[in-house]
Amino acid sequence: MTTFQEQDATHTNGTSAVGPGRSPALEFASAWDYAPTPESAKVEIADRYGHYINGAFVESISGDVFETINPATVETLSVVARGTAEDVDAAVKAARQAQPRWAALPAKERGKYLFRIARRLQERAREFAVLETMDNGKPIKETRDVDIPLAAAHFFYHAGWADKLAYAFGGANPEPVGVCGQIIPWNFPLLMAAWKLAPALACGNTCVLKPAETTPLTALRLAEVFDEIGLPPGVVNIVTGDGEAGAALVEHPGVDKIAFTGSTEVGKKIAAATAGTGKKLTLELGGKSPNIIFEDASIDQAVEGVIAGIYFNQGHVCCAGSRLFVQESIADAVVARIENRLKSLRLGDPLDKNTDIGAINSAQQLGTITRYLDSARDEGLTRHEPNGCALPDKGYWCRPCFFTGVQPSHTIAREEIFGPVLAVQTFRTPEEAITRANNTPYGLAAGVWTDKGSKIFEIAGRLKAGVVWLNCYNRFDPASPFGGYKESGFGREGGLQGLRGYVRL
Amino acid sequence: MVQSPTINRVMADERAASFTKRSIKTKAKDAGLRLALSMVDLTTLEGKDSPEKVRSLCAKARRPMPDDERVLGERLPHVAAVCVYPAMVPVAAEALEGSGIHVASVATGFPSGQYPLDVRLRDAERAIADGADEIDMVINRGAFLSGRYDAVGEEIASVADVCAAGGPGGRGVHLKVILETGELETYDNVRRASDIAIEHIRDGDFIKTSTGKVSPAATMGVTLVMLEAIRDAWLGSGKRIGMKPAGGIRTAKQSLHYLAMVKETLGDAWLTPELFRFGASSLVDDLLRQIVKRKTGRYAARYDFGVA
Repeated sequence: MTTFQEQDATHTNGTSAVGPGRSPALEFASAWDYAPTPESAKVEIADRYGHYINGAFVESISGDVFETINPATVETLSVVARGTAEDVDAAVKAARQAQPRWAALPAKERGKYLFRIARRLQERAREFAVLETMDNGKPIKETRDVDIPLAAAHFFYHAGWADKLAYAFGGANPEPVGVCGQIIPWNFPLLMAAWKLAPALACGNTCVLKPAETTPLTALRLAEVFDEIGLPPGVVNIVTGDGEAGAALVEHPGVDKIAFTGSTEVGKKIAAATAGTGKKLTLELGGKSPNIIFEDASIDQAVEGVIAGIYFNQGHVCCAGSRLFVQESIADAVVARIENRLKSLRLGDPLDKNTDIGAINSAQQLGTITRYLDSARDEGLTRHEPNGCALPDKGYWCRPCFFTGVQPSHTIAREEIFGPVLAVQTFRTPEEAITRANNTPYGLAAGVWTDKGSKIFEIAGRLKAGVVWLNCYNRFDPASPFGGYKESGFGREGGLQGLRGYVRL
Repeated sequence: MVQSPTINRVMADERAASFTKRSIKTKAKDAGLRLALSMVDLTTLEGKDSPEKVRSLCAKARRPMPDDERVLGERLPHVAAVCVYPAMVPVAAEALEGSGIHVASVATGFPSGQYPLDVRLRDAERAIADGADEIDMVINRGAFLSGRYDAVGEEIASVADVCAAGGPGGRGVHLKVILETGELETYDNVRRASDIAIEHIRDGDFIKTSTGKVSPAATMGVTLVMLEAIRDAWLGSGKRIGMKPAGGIRTAKQSLHYLAMVKETLGDAWLTPELFRFGASSLVDDLLRQIVKRKTGRYAARYDFGVA
């Protein structure tokens, strides 16, 4: 491998203590390997699921269905109703009918329902984690330690807001918006449902939720929780399906607000469709978030942040730190560490408790990632794929990788890949780092790594991103608002700011 | 002087904690428990230590479970070393004769290091002459915390020279440098002290977290920082340094988490008693309990194993 400093003939101080290829290596190939430890909890999955409308599971009016599969095995998990405009209409009507009574409940009673949902999610956490892993392909350690606990935390947090809204907006009296249409993606299926539903319900709205086509199962199981805790019928309605159901929800005149998390492409269509209709809109869209490592950073911990930033959830993260900017003087040291760290990642059965990298969610997404890998190859970039795990025979898999030699104009430095693919670039001065980091149509998140406090605040203040993580990455808390600049969307989710999207003042 | 990287404590602790999420079951657990047993420096460091207690410890070191062949159908490995005060070295050396188990002696004014250098060196020389083939030295924390890093390095180099001279009959002596991380407090200090020590010791020598006399002793976070220093020395100069967390590792499960951390930080080459040790005493019985449980399905009582 050519080192960064060898690429620059004018740089004379080019000896790196840990430059790859000139030193002893680390071997992870394993005399002592971890034995398989598949999660043993068995989860009942029905052969068939309908929409959840007005407190009951109902078939699609058209009778249409689609299959949802386990992307790690390509086995069909269940058959789910395919929603059309008629189903959406029924769901919106149910939500409309339920809304006045829900909003008229004493606020602390609404809070109690949310507390019950949160507690029940905790009690059934293992079941939800296994189901999410099967439907999505992400590792069980992530669903167990991140997705499900955070989903419960969002319900807990917003349960607390329900009876304090009068104090949230400086004396203004918040009113519910009405019926909220909420369209969520497949990368964090249950967590995104929680992000959407919890604040809406706390503020007295009723909801029609459209889960992603490839991952409807945990939202439908959440509907079972609603039944268990006695949530009034119609307060939350779930219509499963593809883009057709989503479009019908966006266009339905009975919807007062649309909240969408997904691609920028679809987000733009939704913005166009809702323009001039009076519908409130929040969009949480794509990203191409930078991680910036300065030479005075704690390097090993910065590398951990980079690994977590781009390889967590197979890179299916809207705020994934997909662009890495490293100060040139430490570029070789950082790249060598990323190489070694990638070698130690375990790719395979998502239900195995030691799996770090699971399956790609769908054949379609794998195709998208593969096209980007091809484009990078065609543009002459160097691909590093040090992880030696064998890819399983069945299912959709992508070995985690990174590219060096990347310039800001290269496709993989500009477009969102939504996969385990990192583009490594270098810089020499802070000004150059800021310019390059902001040189994107997106602005969702950023990471800054330096041990110098004054630099942290100077750089963070100049990055155009909704969230800037300092010496950490991918930190989430329900109390902290999340959202984007530019083509990453508008509106915030979480925290006091997140409530704004669900009230009229 | 060595330029050490800074350490971000929050992220380092998070990384260290991630190894406690590794699930080590069935065959991996069987192998890991035996590996951990073979890496123990069975230790007694008390003012009331007696020759009889040291002999008990040595017997346990040789055969951690004398009825292993009957109960388990296999002979378990012996531990790596017995670690005692200098006065007990002759007893330990005699009791371990021919066993292949190392005789480790704390020395150089253990545990405080608050003695003149010539006394500390004499302490190490005497322990070696009496039969120790591993010296667990303490660094001069006073010098370190006052910023006299060169002095710290020179003292370590002096002890390393004493060890390099070897013991009677040309017996090789390895050095373990105790940083006493509980007194260094910050991870930046731990990393800097690790780098200083590594610079002045030889291939096959160790760095060690703690004396066991100061709280906190070994933690996963401190050990990770030290393992990363060892990794950088290996990748940078090809020097192979061992690691010994000591104090506070009492359960088999903890020891497996440490092994996972070693495996994923330094790779398989470090999964050997030549390069990784546990400074512990009660750990051995818990390892035996888990080994017996895996074989028989039943937990042994405390009194099922001989005290040491």
